[in-house]
Amino acid sequence: MENIRNFCIIAHIDHGKSTLADRLLEFTGTVTDREMQAQVLDNMDLEREKGITIKSHAIQMNYKLDGKDYVLNLIDTPGHVDFSYEVSRSIAACEGALLIVDASQGIEAQTISNLYLALENDLEIIPVLNKIDLPHAMPEEVTDEIVEMIGCKREDVIHASGKEGIGIEDILKAVVHRIKAPKGDPKAPLQAMIFDSVFNSFRGIEVIFRVVNGTIRKGEKVKFVSTGQEYGADEIGILRLNQQPCNEISAGNVGYLISGIKVAKEVHVGDTITNAINPGASLGGFQEVKPMVFAGIYPVDTTEFEELRASMEKLQLNDASLVWELETSAALGFGFRCGFLGMLHMEIIQERLEREFNMTVITTVPSVQFKAYLTDGTQVDINAPSEMPDPTKMDYIEEPYIKAQIISKAEYIGAIIGLCMDKRGIILNQNYLTTDRVEMSFEMPLSEIVFDFFDKLKSISRGYASLDYHLIGFRESDMVKLDIMLNGEKVDALSAIVHRGKSQEWGRKLCEKLKELIPRQMFEIAIQAAIGQKIVSRENISAIRKNVIAKCYGGDISRKRKLLEKQKKGKKRMRQIGTVEVPQEAFMAILKIE
Amino acid sequence: MVEAILQEMVLRKDYLIEERIDTIYFGGGTPSLLAASEIAKLLAAIQKHFIVLPGVEVTLEANPDDLDFDTLVAFKSVGINRLSIGIQSFHSHHLQFLHRVHNADQAKNCVQDARKAGFDNISIDLIYALTNETDEEWREDIRQALLLEPEHISSYSLTIEPQTVFGKWAKTGKLRVTDDDVAARHLEILIEQLEASGYEHYEVSNFAKAGFQSKHNSSYWKGAKYLGLGPSAHSYNKVSRQFNVANNHAYLRSIKSGEVPFEKEILSRADKVNEYILTSLRTSWGCNCDYLKNEFDYDLLLEQSAYIQDIIKNEYARLDNAVLSLTKKGKLLADKIASDLFISL
Ligand SMILES: Nc1nc2c(ncn2[C@@H]2O[C@H](COP(=O)(O)OP(=O)(O)O)[C@@H](O)[C@H]2O)c(=O)[nH]1
Ligand SMILES: [Mg+2]
Repeated sequence: MENIRNFCIIAHIDHGKSTLADRLLEFTGTVTDREMQAQVLDNMDLEREKGITIKSHAIQMNYKLDGKDYVLNLIDTPGHVDFSYEVSRSIAACEGALLIVDASQGIEAQTISNLYLALENDLEIIPVLNKIDLPHAMPEEVTDEIVEMIGCKREDVIHASGKEGIGIEDILKAVVHRIKAPKGDPKAPLQAMIFDSVFNSFRGIEVIFRVVNGTIRKGEKVKFVSTGQEYGADEIGILRLNQQPCNEISAGNVGYLISGIKVAKEVHVGDTITNAINPGASLGGFQEVKPMVFAGIYPVDTTEFEELRASMEKLQLNDASLVWELETSAALGFGFRCGFLGMLHMEIIQERLEREFNMTVITTVPSVQFKAYLTDGTQVDINAPSEMPDPTKMDYIEEPYIKAQIISKAEYIGAIIGLCMDKRGIILNQNYLTTDRVEMSFEMPLSEIVFDFFDKLKSISRGYASLDYHLIGFRESDMVKLDIMLNGEKVDALSAIVHRGKSQEWGRKLCEKLKELIPRQMFEIAIQAAIGQKIVSRENISAIRKNVIAKCYGGDISRKRKLLEKQKKGKKRMRQIGTVEVPQEAFMAILKIE
Repeated sequence: MVEAILQEMVLRKDYLIEERIDTIYFGGGTPSLLAASEIAKLLAAIQKHFIVLPGVEVTLEANPDDLDFDTLVAFKSVGINRLSIGIQSFHSHHLQFLHRVHNADQAKNCVQDARKAGFDNISIDLIYALTNETDEEWREDIRQALLLEPEHISSYSLTIEPQTVFGKWAKTGKLRVTDDDVAARHLEILIEQLEASGYEHYEVSNFAKAGFQSKHNSSYWKGAKYLGLGPSAHSYNKVSRQFNVANNHAYLRSIKSGEVPFEKEILSRADKVNEYILTSLRTSWGCNCDYLKNEFDYDLLLEQSAYIQDIIKNEYARLDNAVLSLTKKGKLLADKIASDLFISL
């Protein structure tokens, strides 16, 4: 056990975590040159494309130093606020963390909140100043920030470049020297913490865990404490680039378990695995993750409902944080009301449905969960605009609030405060990290973050501001339901719950946006926004007058046929609402409003 | 080049075996640069290798500036009996924009010379919806064209292809693209004026005096087989469509070694159905649903009954004896309607 080191990497998106991890794997010979591809750990297509880590990953490296063999477990964590609970469990599985900071950018908001988490968990922090090869790197300033933040010495900060392979050996040495070996009793009753699970269509769910006490042995019966379910440990092993089965894994080490579990829901990140016959206590710290954002998912083609259901079920097998129930919409027919961890999670689910399951889906306007208190004293949760009670029966509504941390260059403070105020935010305090960088905190309604806050924040700060947030509770708010009508017919899937003070403006902007997104058709279309019975805005889309290309001889015919076939495919991504064909994107129009 | 085309003709003389040829077309690029003697050679070779019907339509596509009186007489004498003259516009600033070297007077003289040289089947091309073109300018173009009394008029809206210089300008905003409403209005003006002057609007972009529909253009829309010779020429034999390489050198090199350099596209049943729908709906004779049933075993009226009823009700189309054709209003939307009626892939 004294030769094991467990560590994770805390870094903001794009600060070079994946690249640096690649170098560590190469240096320790964990991947051969042949196996090496950029960002080995991000093995989901979506992760590679978006350049972000969506799931946690763990990989074991062997490293020899001063004649001793060390086992280094690197636990890679997702880099997005939607997945902060998974990050917290990964952190809890480690004794140390590499804090990677881009030398040209400085520390970002999310990094700070994860850093605090690591410090709370008593992790040894190894600060790494990355990308020092960049000509515009600011090693002095950023080092100041780091020193200020974690109270280390300047000499403790390792200068590195994942790209150029600088500082890699220093990092490995620091991992061995500075991070404590895990403590724990291999002879005690088994206590292992689940920090991730991976779905494998052939072998069922693979559970990734860190043994805290005791030893897990192949073939023994184990129990998951939160569910009380028991399983045979059919296969256990360690995670190299591929899995390496073994017979036992003891306190301090990291491994995987395969036991024929078919459904991701049975596996909860944060749960404790113990021995069924000689059980140890729960490790604690387990929480059910709760969805923060809700939206409807519908097939574009109504006949594909059953296929969509099957796909959703499969997706849920490997993503336990996705929850859904059946929903019907007057406009869209049968579909699902889904709960997501956040907007990125929602986007990922939609993309996975389209790519991995070849479904074409409509996602409706996302909404947070409101609580309505009725005049008869009862309370109902509202996860969708259609669930909004009749205003005459309602006493008041509460909406979820968050505390948001924003870090930015000082020159953008004004713009950021302006944005947050506009989003009904209240500034709590502001704190200079260096002369040039400020950390601000706000209280804000979660629903305002859902609607395009992040993109706006990035654009007003030229990409410099970063954001982190967490839920702080519910507060009374004056919310109303905004309805949209197309040619006089109410389209429930386009309704949204918005703050009364902004409802007129939203109505107007939504009509304008829909006018942009809905293509002209063979007849005129009226778009109206209404609050209750009152029409607050109207736009018209005039009928198309001409859609015919002039020339069509010989060779043009092939080209033209292909063009029109493409046009037809585009149409397949539209949904017929009454007589109007509405494209998929229009259902998300509210998110695209300036 | 003429030698190479003659050689290609020999190599491909079986492409139209047993077909009767009723139209020959010298077009694409600048065929009016050919000498009459070269055209004579090509026509003689065609007579030798294929079955050519008496009364064959022989069209030459030409720019006004390539045609003086003597040239016209020579072309007439070797067998050209129809001219398609690329007049495009009678306004010098629009002609400049289109990089045309001729002017309005040349265009008019050219048509008059052609008459004197004995041509009694003349078509002219006009372009509308040019950048900043006013309705008045367009009406004037039509008036000028009618004064020349051509037997046939083809007219196209300016189409901006993304790969071209125009396409790049359009993208960077250097060129203002005329919006569809203007193009629609220009086309409506055109139809109205030409119909009033006795022309039949027999295809979206083509108008003819009685008896002067282009046999050549029509055969494309009727799905006839055809053979195209020369660089970038295309051919069709009801199974596939093929395209010769566009590059002159590559073409010449390959023909020299006895090989025709082409790319081929095999057409599936759905492709053929879709092409028929797309081309036939543009014409006044319409889409014959019985033909689709007999030829491709595809029942359009059944497969698309709701949609067809809808477009008939809204006066975009009519149906007579299983022939679906578009109304005036429908023709402006021919592409959209065709695409809606396509077999999905
Ligand atoms: N100049 C420079 N660029 C780097 C370095 N490390 C990563 N990058 C680049 O920074 C971007 C983000 O890197 P990545 O490893 O994906 O960051 P992650 O989001 O933290 O995983 C990529 O374009 C990398 O090529 C470095 O040390 N120097
Ligand atoms: Mg990454």
